[in-house]
Amino acid sequence: MNNFTYAKTTDATQAIDQLNGSTQNKIVAGGTNINDLLKYFITTADKLVDINPFTDNHAITELENGGVRLGALVTNADTAYHPLIESRYPLLSRAILAGASAQIRNMATNGGNLNQRTRCYYFYDINTPCNKREPGSGCSAIGGYTRIHAILGQSENCIAVFPSDMCVALAALGATVNITGPGGYRVLAFADYHRLPGDTPHIDNNLQHGEIITGIDLPATGFKKNYSYLKLRDRASYSFALVSVATGLSLDGNIIKEACIALGGVAHKPWRVTAAEDFLKGKEAKRENFAAAADIILQGAQGYAYNDFKIPLAKKAIVRNCMMALNPETQRPGAQPSK
Amino acid sequence: METNNTHTTSLRVNGNDYQLNILPWVSLLDALRENLDLTGTKKGCDHGQCGACTVLVDGKRVLSCLTLAVMKDGSEITTIEGIAKNEALHPLQKAFIEHDAFQCGYCTPGQICSGIGMLKEGKAHTREEVKELMSGNLCRCGAHKGIIDALMEVKEGGNYE
Repeated sequence: MNNFTYAKTTDATQAIDQLNGSTQNKIVAGGTNINDLLKYFITTADKLVDINPFTDNHAITELENGGVRLGALVTNADTAYHPLIESRYPLLSRAILAGASAQIRNMATNGGNLNQRTRCYYFYDINTPCNKREPGSGCSAIGGYTRIHAILGQSENCIAVFPSDMCVALAALGATVNITGPGGYRVLAFADYHRLPGDTPHIDNNLQHGEIITGIDLPATGFKKNYSYLKLRDRASYSFALVSVATGLSLDGNIIKEACIALGGVAHKPWRVTAAEDFLKGKEAKRENFAAAADIILQGAQGYAYNDFKIPLAKKAIVRNCMMALNPETQRPGAQPSK
Repeated sequence: METNNTHTTSLRVNGNDYQLNILPWVSLLDALRENLDLTGTKKGCDHGQCGACTVLVDGKRVLSCLTLAVMKDGSEITTIEGIAKNEALHPLQKAFIEHDAFQCGYCTPGQICSGIGMLKEGKAHTREEVKELMSGNLCRCGAHKGIIDALMEVKEGGNYE
């Protein structure tokens, strides 16, 4: 790690003040990602601004509109096991528990989960060019080993994927992100929070320097009856997704009233295609229709040799996960496939 | 000695109070091993991938390698040195011996701290769930079967305080 200074802050005003002055003044919350990035010299800091002592943002609370607010500083574990989340948003619980390890979930915060960086091997190897780590230096993944890389939404500058599981569920649920900063308070739809790489792959999301996530709001509909999270990866647990799928269905008998489907491990942000969800509306909840929706979701998908397998894998994962959502009790620990 | 970038940090480790003047980038793992000479907690990967450095902070299992010591000012920490009660081994320590739950032993302090944390969380009910919730602790000798056997025995015995 480079040498940096450290400041504890107890509210957003103090934190915003401490972040001011250098773009290398950075927030630390759970620290599970930034401390690792600092150790590898992938990122550097002038100052770490510790927001854990905040008096606010440590609770999960019901909202008047029927939704639930996740405090940004609540840990991923406390969120996944919270009675309100387990009972009303089990899709979110499942997705969180499919990610990382128990120790990391005990440390990592909800706000931090949104701001974690890619695990692209070339981003992590400071001896190779990477447009995300060093803008303009090139992308080593293109033409390199691409097993974990994107098949959707990528650019000629970056084919990295966003690694979160929690965020795949938040995307499917249609959460919103509450942000405070020098310009005041604002709210972003979850789909508008993370970015595609385009010409600026070094910018992962639309949080500006000096801004802080205070919370994440879940809408009233939690798909508690018909939901499923499926995570496919190279080992059975504690590994990032090759492909993951979050599905929430609202059914009238066997007819789909509403379908929400988001993919992880395939793009620079959680991938959700409303055209596919519109297609499913009013249709029977059956394999053929989910397969047709999968084709819409995967339109334009492109592999890079070592990750070509992700395209058929994603299709099968979408169909399987939608079928599992019809019988959520078939799900197994760690969001592994049903037996 | 306090310099202009050290921070006075109070830690209660295994029931003993310590006050350290510490630089901000020192991990809790390094503070335990280097400043307090508590070398039971092991540095495996130092990147949050192996679980060897697992300790309990305010009762919860966390990775000391990805924790900055300054951020745990005022916390209560339990390391492997604080698990036994004087000469009496913790039930999980006894079960590890009985079930051959280690070979080289390097991952064992982390496995035991993580296992106690897992048992206290109370979220694992089946063998499959125990395996899933212990996946953050790797054993390169391949003693996982013995580790899970030991955890299942202690879990079913219900005595893990």
